[in-house]
Amino acid sequence: MSAISRDEVAHLSRLARIEMTDSELDHLASELDLILGAVARVQEVAGADVPPTSHPLPLQNVFRPDVVTPSLTAAESLSGAPASAEQRFKVPQILGDAE
Amino acid sequence: MIHSTAAEMATKLAAGEISSVELTQQHLDRISVVDGQVHAFLYVDTEGALSQAAAVDAKRVAGEKLSPLAGVPLALKDVLTQKGIPTTCGSKILEGWRPPYDSTIVSKLKSAGIVILGKTNMDEFAMGSSTENSAYGPSHNPWDLTRIPGGSGGGSAASLAAFEAPLAMGTDTGGSIRQPAAVTGTVGVKPTYGGVSRYGLVAFSSSLDQAGPCARTVLDAALLHEAIAGYDPRDSTSINAPVPAVVAAAKKLDVKGMKIGIVKELSGDGYQAGVRSRFDEAIEELVNAGAEIVEVSCPNFEYALAAYYLIAPSEASSNLARFDSMRYGIRVGDDGVRGAEEVMKMTREVGFGKEVKRRIILGTYALSSGYYDAYYGSAQKVRTLITQDFAAAFSKADVLVSPTCPTTAFKIGEKSDDPLGMYLNDIATIPVNMAGIGGMSLPVGLAPEDGLPVGFQIMSPAMKDDLMYQVGGTLEAALLRKWGSPILSNAPALGAN
Amino acid sequence: MALNYDQAIAAYDPTLGLEVHVELNTNSKMFCGCATEFGAEPNTQTCPVCLGLPGSLPAVNGKAIESSILIGLALNCSIAPFSRFARKNYFYPDMPKNFQTSQFDEPICVNGYLDVEIETDEGTKVFRIEIERVHMEEDTGKSLHVGGSTGRIHGAEYSLLDYNRAGIPLVEIVTKIIPNTGKYAPQVARAYVTELRDILRSLGVSDVKMEQGSLRCDANVSLAPAGSGQLGTRSETKNVNSLRSVERAVSGEIERQANRLQNGERIIQETRHFLEESGQTRPGRSKEQAEDYRYFPEPDLVPVAPDAAWIEELRATLPEKPSIRRKRLKIEWAVPDKEMASMVNAELLDTVEETVLLGSDPTKARSWWLGEISRLANEKEVAPTSLITPIQVAEVIALIASGELTDKLARQVVEGVINGEGTPQQVIDARGLKVVSDDSALMVAIEAAIASQPETAERIRGGNIPAAGALIGAVMKATGGQADAAKVRELLLKHLGQG
Repeated sequence: MSAISRDEVAHLSRLARIEMTDSELDHLASELDLILGAVARVQEVAGADVPPTSHPLPLQNVFRPDVVTPSLTAAESLSGAPASAEQRFKVPQILGDAE
Repeated sequence: MIHSTAAEMATKLAAGEISSVELTQQHLDRISVVDGQVHAFLYVDTEGALSQAAAVDAKRVAGEKLSPLAGVPLALKDVLTQKGIPTTCGSKILEGWRPPYDSTIVSKLKSAGIVILGKTNMDEFAMGSSTENSAYGPSHNPWDLTRIPGGSGGGSAASLAAFEAPLAMGTDTGGSIRQPAAVTGTVGVKPTYGGVSRYGLVAFSSSLDQAGPCARTVLDAALLHEAIAGYDPRDSTSINAPVPAVVAAAKKLDVKGMKIGIVKELSGDGYQAGVRSRFDEAIEELVNAGAEIVEVSCPNFEYALAAYYLIAPSEASSNLARFDSMRYGIRVGDDGVRGAEEVMKMTREVGFGKEVKRRIILGTYALSSGYYDAYYGSAQKVRTLITQDFAAAFSKADVLVSPTCPTTAFKIGEKSDDPLGMYLNDIATIPVNMAGIGGMSLPVGLAPEDGLPVGFQIMSPAMKDDLMYQVGGTLEAALLRKWGSPILSNAPALGAN
Repeated sequence: MALNYDQAIAAYDPTLGLEVHVELNTNSKMFCGCATEFGAEPNTQTCPVCLGLPGSLPAVNGKAIESSILIGLALNCSIAPFSRFARKNYFYPDMPKNFQTSQFDEPICVNGYLDVEIETDEGTKVFRIEIERVHMEEDTGKSLHVGGSTGRIHGAEYSLLDYNRAGIPLVEIVTKIIPNTGKYAPQVARAYVTELRDILRSLGVSDVKMEQGSLRCDANVSLAPAGSGQLGTRSETKNVNSLRSVERAVSGEIERQANRLQNGERIIQETRHFLEESGQTRPGRSKEQAEDYRYFPEPDLVPVAPDAAWIEELRATLPEKPSIRRKRLKIEWAVPDKEMASMVNAELLDTVEETVLLGSDPTKARSWWLGEISRLANEKEVAPTSLITPIQVAEVIALIASGELTDKLARQVVEGVINGEGTPQQVIDARGLKVVSDDSALMVAIEAAIASQPETAERIRGGNIPAAGALIGAVMKATGGQADAAKVRELLLKHLGQG
C-alpha cells in the first residue's frame, strides 16, 4: 500500500512551486514511497515523554543592540537581479492578493 | 612544494625561502595540469589568488606580523559566499551569481592572509554523498578517476588528494566533510555545531550544517580550524566561547590513559571487509599508544539515518524556497505574459536537480499539516534520544570511534539510481550532526581488496574538539611511523590532462 | 427586502475577532541592522539578511523583544518564560526568503485583556476584551504594479519590488473571540483599537499612525441567529486604515452577512478588502484554499527566555494607563464626562494636558483648543496642533491672565499665529495688539469721553451706573479696542465718584 499518491506529490509540488512533468511525478511518488517507508520508523521511539530537539546547543536570549549598521548600496542589492527598473527588482506580474 | 604539508609551507614562507606568489603559482600550475581529469574546481580565481598572494608577500617584506598560515593557498567549497566571485552551490539555479558579500569564513581567511585559489565542486546544495549531484558534472577521485571522491564536498577532498591545494574548506551536514576525506585518504573535521560561523554558508539544513577544515594532515586541519573558528554575532547559533586549543592538541602525540569508546552500533556490521580490518588495526595502534578501549552502546543510533532524512529535507525545503528567480539566479519562462508564480515554478523545475527536488518534496511532506507530528516532530524526538545516547557514552569514554563509512570509494554511476543505497554512506557520520558534537575522519590505510583509502572517525563531546585532534594526531603519527611515508604517496601520480 | 443594520442586529448576534499589527519604532530592523527611516530611496536600506540572500542569517533586535514584552505587560498578559521563533512558509515576491520569521505555538505573550468603555442606551458600559496572544514577526517588502488599465494588481504587466520595509519589526496582537457585543459591535471594535493605540503610544513603542500603516487592523466578523449561542462562519476584512473604518467595516460586514443569511446563502470563509469610499467590502483571496504554512521552529534563532527579574524591571517602566490617566485628569480638572469625551474624541487630550502643565487653567486651555483653535483648524482642514503649539497657547492664556491681552485681543493673536504670521509676540508687535493698561493714557481717553458726553457723565455721577456703558464704549472706540474694558470701567467710575 502506497504511503504517498501521485496526486499528493502533485499537491506537494504546487506547495513547493516546482512545475513537474507527469513522469517526474510518477517517479517521485514511488521513490518517496520507498523513502517514507524507511524513515517512518522514527515513530517507533518518538514517545510522548520525549521532548523534541530544535537546536543542538542550549543557547537562549541571543540578541543584538538596536543600532543601525551599514546597508548594501542599491547597486549591490540589485547586482544579482535578473531584471530591474527604477532601482527596484523587476518581476513578472503578481496575480492574487498579498497575505 | 605542492606535496608538502601546509605547516611545512608556512614555515618556508615565514623563513622567506619561498614567496606566496611562487607557491600560489605552483598550485595554479598543478590545477591546470590535472584538474581536467579531477574536476575538483568549478572556478579558479587566478587573478584574485595571485593578488592576495602578492599582498601577503608585501606585508611580510614590510615586517608586519602575520597569521600562521599567511600565504598558504586554499580551495573553497562553492557553498560559501565570496564577494564578486561566482558561487553556485553546485546548482544551475545559481549559475552566474556573484554574491555582494563575503561569508564570515572568507573574511577570516582573508584576514589570515590565506590565499583562496577558487571554488570547489560539490553535490548540489550539499545534498549527496558522491558529488554526482553537481549540475556541473562530478569530480573524480585522484586515487581512481573512475570513482567518486565522496560528497557533498568531493571537490575539496579531491583537490587535496590531487595536490591542487594543501588546505580546503568543506561543510558537513551528515558527513559531507568526513566521508569525502575517508574515500580520498585525507583529513576532514566537522567542529562542534556553532564553533564556526554559518554566516555566508548557503543553508541546506540549518540545525545540522557546519563548516570545517580539510587538509592532508591533522596538524594542518588544526591550523586551519583555529583560523576560521570563533564567535560571530551575525550567527545567532554561534558559540560565544574561546576556540578550543586544537593546534596544541594535535601536537600532543599522547593518548595515555585516555578512554576510547567503540560504538557497538557503528562497529562495522555489514561494512566492507577492508574497512573493518583497517579500523581494527587502528584501534590496536591506539592501545599500543596507551589508550584504554571501552565498549559503548548507543541503541537509538539505528534511527539516526531515518531522522536525518526527515529533518534535513524539511529544513532544506524551507531554506531553498528563496530560489525563485525574483532577486538573483536564473530566471526561466519570463515572456512578459506569464505571471510570477509560473515563472517561479518553471525556474525551480529547470534550476534544481533530481536529488534536490526529491528532498524538497520529501521535506514539504514531512512538515505539512497532518503529517508534522508523525514525521518531522518524531524525528526531532529521535534527535533528543541520540544526544542522550552520546551523553551516556561520553560518561564512559573521552572520545568515541568508528569507521567513517561502510565502503571505500565506489564507481561513478554505481549508486545513482539507488537513493536509499546512497544514503547509507552516511550511516556512521550522521549521529554526530544530530547531536551537534565534533567529528573527524583521518586515513588509517588502504583496503587490501581494492587498494583504496579507508577512513577512521573520531567523535568528541560538544565544545571539546581538542580531544579528537589529540587522538587523531597521535594515531596519524603512529601510522606514519608504521608506513614510513604518508598515505597519499601511494596514490597514482596524475599526469597531464 | 434588504436588511438595514438595526434589522440585521435584531436577527443575528455578532461575534468579533480583531487582529492588530503594530510596526515598532526601533532604529534598526527586526533581524538585521538596516535603518528603518521612512521614505528612503528604494533598496538603499537592504542587506544580505533582509534581502534573504543565500547564506544570510537573522540576528534578533533586543529592543524589539523589550517592546513586545512591554506591550504584553500593558495588556495584562503573561510573558512566556520560553518562546520561540517559527517559520511561516509561503511564496510571495515581497517576501525575500519565501517564509516569514514569526512565532507559532510559542508566542512571547499570552492571555491578557483590555477593558474598553462605550456609551450605550443604558449609560457607560465596560467591555473586557480578552487577548489571546502577542507575538513578533517581520514585515514584507513593497510592490508596485506597473501596466494594466487600472494600475491595480489585476491586469498589471510587471511588478517592481522595494525591500526597504522587508524586515521591519512587527508585533501582532490577537484577541480571543469577542461575543455578546450585540448592536454595539462596531463601537466596541473601534473603542478597542483606539484604546490599544493610546496604550501603544503611551509606551512609546510605535508611531501608531493607521493612515501610514504603522497600526493595521484586520476585523473578523461572524453572525449566528439571535439567541442561538452558535458560532457562524467568519470573514476577515483587511485594508482598514482608520478608526472610523474599523467601525464601518464591522457594521458593513454585519449588514452584508445578515442579508446573505436572510437570503438563504451561506457565508464563505474568506479574506475581504475594505473599500473606503463605499464602506463596503469586496472579496479577496478565498480562505478555503488556505496555504499550508508548514510551521516549524526557526533553526537559525535560539529561544527567548526572559527571566522574572528582567520582566519586573520592564514592568516598573510602564507608564500610567491611558484610561486611568483620563479618570485622574477628569477629577483634577473637575471636568464633566461630556467635556472629557469631547476632548478625547477630538484627540486633543494630550495637547490640553501639555498646555495645563505649562501653567494654564484647565478650563481655559480646553475652551481655547476645542473652541476657537479647532474652529479655525477645521476651516483649513488640518489638525489643530499643526497650526499652533501648546507653548504658544499657554503664552496667550498667560497674557490674558496678566491683563496684557483681553479675550478679544487674544482671539486676534491666535488667529494671527494660525495664519502663519509668527509667534504670539510677533503677531502682537506686528498688529500692535497691546492692551492699553497705562492708567494715565486711559485717563486721557476717559476725560475726553466725559468731555464729549457731559450729560451722561452727570447721570453717572448721580448714581446711574448702567449709563457708564456709553462712555466705556467711547473709550474703547478711541483706543481701537485695545483698552481693557473692565479697567476702563473701574477708572471711569472712580473718577466720577462711583468706584
